[in-house]
Amino acid sequence: MIPNILVVDDSLTMRLIVQAAMVGAGWKVVLATNGKEALDKSQDGSFDLVLSDWNMPVMGGLGFIQGLRAQSKYKDTPVLVLTTEEDDVSKAAARELDVSGWVNKPVDPDGLVEFVAELLGIDPAN
Amino acid sequence: MSGLDLSQFYETFFDEADELLAQMEQLLLELDAQAPDIEQLNAIFRAAHSIKGGAATFGTFQKLAETTHLLENLLDAIRRGDMALRADMVDIFLETKDVLKSQLDAYRASEEPDEAVYERICAVLRQLAEEDGAHGAAPAAASAAPAREETMHMPAASATGTSDKPTCVRIRDVSGKDAQSLLEEMGNLGTVLHSESKSGGLSVWMQTTCSVADIEAVCCFIVDADQLRITHEAAPASAASDVVSQFEAAASSFTPPDAPAPSAARPAGNVAAPRPQKAATPAAAPADKESTSIRVGVEKVDQIINLVGELVITQAMLTQTASTLDPVVHDRLLNGLEQLERNARDLQESVMSIRMMPMDYVFSRFPRVVRDLASKMGKQIELETHGRATELDKSLIERIIDPLTHLVRNSLDHGIETPDKRIAADKDPVGKLTMSAQHHGGNIVIQVTDDGAGLNRERILKKAMEQGIPISENMPDEEVWQLIFAPGFSTAEKITDVSGRGVGMDVVRRNIQDMGGHVQLSSRTGQGTTTRIVLPLTLAILDGMSVRVGVETFILPLNHVTESMQPTEDQIYTVAGDERVLHVRGEYLPLVEMHRAFAVGDAQQDPTQAIAVIMQAEDKRFALLVDHLVGQHQVVVKNLEANYRKVPGISAATIMGDGSVALIVDVFALARANREKWSSAAETVLN
Repeated sequence: MIPNILVVDDSLTMRLIVQAAMVGAGWKVVLATNGKEALDKSQDGSFDLVLSDWNMPVMGGLGFIQGLRAQSKYKDTPVLVLTTEEDDVSKAAARELDVSGWVNKPVDPDGLVEFVAELLGIDPAN
Repeated sequence: MSGLDLSQFYETFFDEADELLAQMEQLLLELDAQAPDIEQLNAIFRAAHSIKGGAATFGTFQKLAETTHLLENLLDAIRRGDMALRADMVDIFLETKDVLKSQLDAYRASEEPDEAVYERICAVLRQLAEEDGAHGAAPAAASAAPAREETMHMPAASATGTSDKPTCVRIRDVSGKDAQSLLEEMGNLGTVLHSESKSGGLSVWMQTTCSVADIEAVCCFIVDADQLRITHEAAPASAASDVVSQFEAAASSFTPPDAPAPSAARPAGNVAAPRPQKAATPAAAPADKESTSIRVGVEKVDQIINLVGELVITQAMLTQTASTLDPVVHDRLLNGLEQLERNARDLQESVMSIRMMPMDYVFSRFPRVVRDLASKMGKQIELETHGRATELDKSLIERIIDPLTHLVRNSLDHGIETPDKRIAADKDPVGKLTMSAQHHGGNIVIQVTDDGAGLNRERILKKAMEQGIPISENMPDEEVWQLIFAPGFSTAEKITDVSGRGVGMDVVRRNIQDMGGHVQLSSRTGQGTTTRIVLPLTLAILDGMSVRVGVETFILPLNHVTESMQPTEDQIYTVAGDERVLHVRGEYLPLVEMHRAFAVGDAQQDPTQAIAVIMQAEDKRFALLVDHLVGQHQVVVKNLEANYRKVPGISAATIMGDGSVALIVDVFALARANREKWSSAAETVLN
């Protein structure tokens, strides 16, 4: 099974980099530019892992992950927050939503792939 | 693992950062330092945040990453309310934006940004952070460090009190009409903070004193209890900062569950309900823009325009060929051709509109220019822009920036007075500069108006005399104003570093003329000056009059043609050797014989058997002698230089319906080439 990953970021550069890294690892990637769009896409599709930015226009990471968790199919889906934010309030909010990790930008694409693979329980080498 | 080559994303990052910086500048200019709008602050922060994130990820743009990092920290403290925003901070932020832009440009050119500038701006930003003490600048390491990943070990859900959180009511499988009623009911129970609808479900966050049971009881009038779920939780981030009185907004923007993208999640902006804070829309706009537009290279668009041009020509050729056919026999073919003509015309119009860009692209850079210049000159100036949505061809819009900047500088420097002078003149101390754009037929009219001192007639005349420009004391004002377009003309009492540095109004006029337009000035002493630029909407098609000279066909730009006539013997005077002038209603016009100007054989030699077309170029009029008029056409302009070489007196070429090439006459060039001959010729006649 090829993992299907939802990547949410308002920055085109970041979306493209993360996409290239994930696709490079042989995974499928769907992109969204904000939480709202991501929520719509999450309803239509089914994702094995979600990578989301925190501070985005229209709907930020908090609103998105809340909406995501409200859907039964995403109750236990691993969610990674990928952001430059470091404040404790945001982190605590994410923790309450059972987020698997808070990854601080700048992100090392290869390191991210390893981390994601670990969460998915697969060996990235294969 | 094979490392991902990040350099392939540089271009995307540069473009994105460019856009973000422009956005940041616009937002900073709109920001009210006394009462900053939280949405605007967030959007500014987000721009800095995105640039930093990208720059740091690449690892190669250290200076850019560090500068944005410092800026981001300050913005973060301000938006959190840890630091109060001051007007001078906005200035520093704007300056930082300029530095970031220059850093970005340097990286784009594969150069290292200026070290001194970088050190200085960082010092300024660090000092700002220390001054307030609230948020010391974080160490540079944060942005320079390689990837740091912190996996959080999730503790059991923290036991924060739930009572202070809003009540969240979630209802699944609800119709649009029921959702509307539910929202209204909940509005009666408390204050609706935020609502969202998605895939048939409705979520409402509200502040209420009612118990869960009460809410359930009310909702059960409309839906079943098992569709309901009521919890206490924070509203989504985007709604958290939102103001009250959102109920109306949420209700009015509510869309049925099966409709995509409810707009309630985006606070205000396009919602009808009035909002105390201004302009939340700019923050939301870029996201919308991204999903509804695509980036296409200009050369691709130009290629389409060229092809459509060819199509229109082919269609014209077909129509011309078919015009000899018997309409009764070939009824269906002719109908089809008519249809083709309409379609081709529509297609051409649609394709041309792709190249069109709103004037906003130009106007948006002026608030900054005006702000900077005004503070430099100790003047108070309010800038107003109208017609930002007016569209103009991309190639023209880029070329209009410099002339407009020059006009604005002139208005600010020489036009609008200092506040004390204005008060003395019984005027509002705040000067007003208005820029507007509007369509007028096939033209766009761009105006720059100031309410300053106006042009000084005496000073212009004096200066013109010094420069040896022929003048007379009783010249009408319009002609006096035209004098300032003379090369090297400047009436400024002293040359300032803002304007009056050699580049004069003559360059402005030359630039505008090269774009196929013209400039007009009007001014009233003590009341201000208006500069009016008239430009064709596009350079790719032209309304022309085709004329025949010998075997050749020429196209005269229709907007320069004023009238045509067959001259009589007594209207033609020969002066100064073989130069001729045409006497029309008391006016002596230089007569330019096309067959002589362009050396065409077989042309009509006798002027009384030919047609004189009277042309208006700038302030001068002249008559062009042609054999006969053929008709009016919209022609597709083909660049002659690209396909052949520059020909004096010819601006471009086009392909006619019969497939032959016709040359488009450069009216200004003809006027310039004949100018000296004219004045001497006209004087000879008059004396």
